Amino acid sequence: MAEIRLQELAHAYAPGAPHALKPLDMTWRDGGTYALLGPSGCGKSTMFNIVSGLLHPSEGRVLFDGQDVTRLGTGQRNIAQVFQVPVIYRSMTVGQNLGFPLACRGVPAPRIRRRVEAIAERLGLAPLLKRPANALTADQKQLVSLGRGLVREDVAAILLDEPLTVIDPQQKFELRRILKEINAEFRVTMVLVTHDQTEAMTFAEEVIVMNHGEVVQAGRPRDLFERPATTHVGHFIGSPAMNFLPALAVAGRAVVPGTGLSLSLPDGLPADGLMLGFRPEHARFSGASGAMRGRVARLWFEGLDEIVALSHPAGEVRLRAPAGQGLAPGDTAAFTLRDTALRLYRNGRLVA
Amino acid sequence: MLVLRDLSLTEGGVPHLAGVSVEAEPGRMTTLLGRTGAGKTTLLRAVAGLVQPQSGQISLAGADWSRLPPWRRPVAMVTQQFINYPHLSVLDNVAFPLIRRGEPREAAREAAAAMLGRVGLAQMTGRRPAALSGGQQQRVAIARALVKRAPVLLLDEPFVNLDYKLREGLREELAELLQSQSGTVALYATTDPREALQMGDCTVLIAEGRVLQAGPPCAVFGAPATLAAARVVNDPPINLLAAEITQSGLVLDHLGPQSAGATGRALPPGRYTLGLRAEDIRSGGPLPARVALTEVSGSETVTHLVAGALPLVMLERAVTDHRLGSELGLMLDLGKALVFGADGALIPKGASHG
Repeated sequence: MAEIRLQELAHAYAPGAPHALKPLDMTWRDGGTYALLGPSGCGKSTMFNIVSGLLHPSEGRVLFDGQDVTRLGTGQRNIAQVFQVPVIYRSMTVGQNLGFPLACRGVPAPRIRRRVEAIAERLGLAPLLKRPANALTADQKQLVSLGRGLVREDVAAILLDEPLTVIDPQQKFELRRILKEINAEFRVTMVLVTHDQTEAMTFAEEVIVMNHGEVVQAGRPRDLFERPATTHVGHFIGSPAMNFLPALAVAGRAVVPGTGLSLSLPDGLPADGLMLGFRPEHARFSGASGAMRGRVARLWFEGLDEIVALSHPAGEVRLRAPAGQGLAPGDTAAFTLRDTALRLYRNGRLVA
Repeated sequence: MLVLRDLSLTEGGVPHLAGVSVEAEPGRMTTLLGRTGAGKTTLLRAVAGLVQPQSGQISLAGADWSRLPPWRRPVAMVTQQFINYPHLSVLDNVAFPLIRRGEPREAAREAAAAMLGRVGLAQMTGRRPAALSGGQQQRVAIARALVKRAPVLLLDEPFVNLDYKLREGLREELAELLQSQSGTVALYATTDPREALQMGDCTVLIAEGRVLQAGPPCAVFGAPATLAAARVVNDPPINLLAAEITQSGLVLDHLGPQSAGATGRALPPGRYTLGLRAEDIRSGGPLPARVALTEVSGSETVTHLVAGALPLVMLERAVTDHRLGSELGLMLDLGKALVFGADGALIPKGASHG
């Protein structure tokens, strides 16, 4: 188990080529859970491969517990990996698969057996130890892959590369639960790479949102939701996306003209490129009078909630409200918003 | 109107359809909601003529389809595996069905280009499908289905393999595209209740090859006719609490006696099941429960808890983090519960009992 430090790390696939991973500094605490989240081509796989040792960065260093491992290969880093497609030794039993990393290191057989039994018990694989591994279901195979990582007591980190992609939805839930429990119990550093927000937000204590080769925001799921660092994160996290309306600087405040929405401007902030943002969940319908009035353009019934699109000369906003507001397209509706729910952005970046 | 009447199909002793009747109106989206294996795909395949029910009737605007081979049926289908022709450009992928039915190549390509513009792929027409992202490939498949302007459009979980942000956008695009093809009968199969409710003008609940209930989404969601319907239409799952009304009041299995009038209605003594939606459980109450898992999706947090031996699911409309294994005090809003009788049928609010 280790703290992982990425120091002035950057990568270009060829000398002089643009950075696939732009310079960054980051520390992953020992025993923490992290998710690298972003669309394909965002740089998350590059970063992941650098940590696992499959790729040597063109700049910067990778430290495991302070020790420089930048030039070491995967085998010398004491990490375990679980991939999208389960990697198992098909000719071996489940027990032999789990014990394989220890057998390779010449650990005495009785010790291997004890350790394998303990891990199998924990992962619910105990009844399957004598079974041939290729007879398992996809989710059981992923558990075996995970178990092979946990069986070594010196493992520095477990790296998970979209491990739930091939799993049926019903089993995904169970695997997510096991992953969380394992982390709580073994306190092993875990890093997940995924394009799926739900997976990232559910798994990780800290989500690292990436786009165009750069870390856009790193924070707790709640921070990403409450205080997205950029308008991109505001769109990407949350459903429907965060609302953003262009604002003007008027007497020391950022004001969305024609609405009651405004926020005081920090001193010295240039007055151009301003936007106010708020989450659809934070608005409350308020009858005829409120901070902002608009015409109901569309409604989506979702069961518990309805989503209401309001059009206004300043732009269209979407609000989420408990179903049964009695609104119809064409109606005029107003809503209120607490000041604390408003965020100020300038040129796409969070200011206040 | 597309009318499916009493369709039954049994294969190898397994009933896939057991007397299914559905009426779908043109210009409206009919969503078929059920779990995997409920019979949705079989139903769509029966409409397309890809499987032959042993009994029942399919007709469109009064014309019987039962003896019509699949290639004569005016349907277009989109499935969850986006099937595109890898050797053709995006433009030719979409033009293909028109060319095959004998339309002049130039006219077919023009129509294809226009449809690709509508699904937001105007810049991609010259590429091969493999050069596109998953969401873009699925849009190509949708464009190819829509360009035919077939009277019947069959959509079988078309977005299930996509990320939620992509799904969110494509649902809206699809709804807008359908509005421009007002004569089309659209059947949309999904396992996701929210998607079914959001997209449907009419929602049909299906389980084990049978229709449980059909109607406007708000009616089906607000008053599921049976316990089985309540299970199908709720995600996160609805909490089902076994209960007994005794002379002295309401007693919940596992949780014990509740305050008199907790459900806000007068019910005769007997066994009941209370259906309590995940949003009607809140933290900050007296009932101790342990957190089994917290899942954050979109803007919501779904927390799975265990109270004594009773598993419960709670929904919060915000992103929160409850630690695995931590204790929460819960408040159950039993006044909001749906009440089902011992036979599993909903007892509507306001129903009077002896």
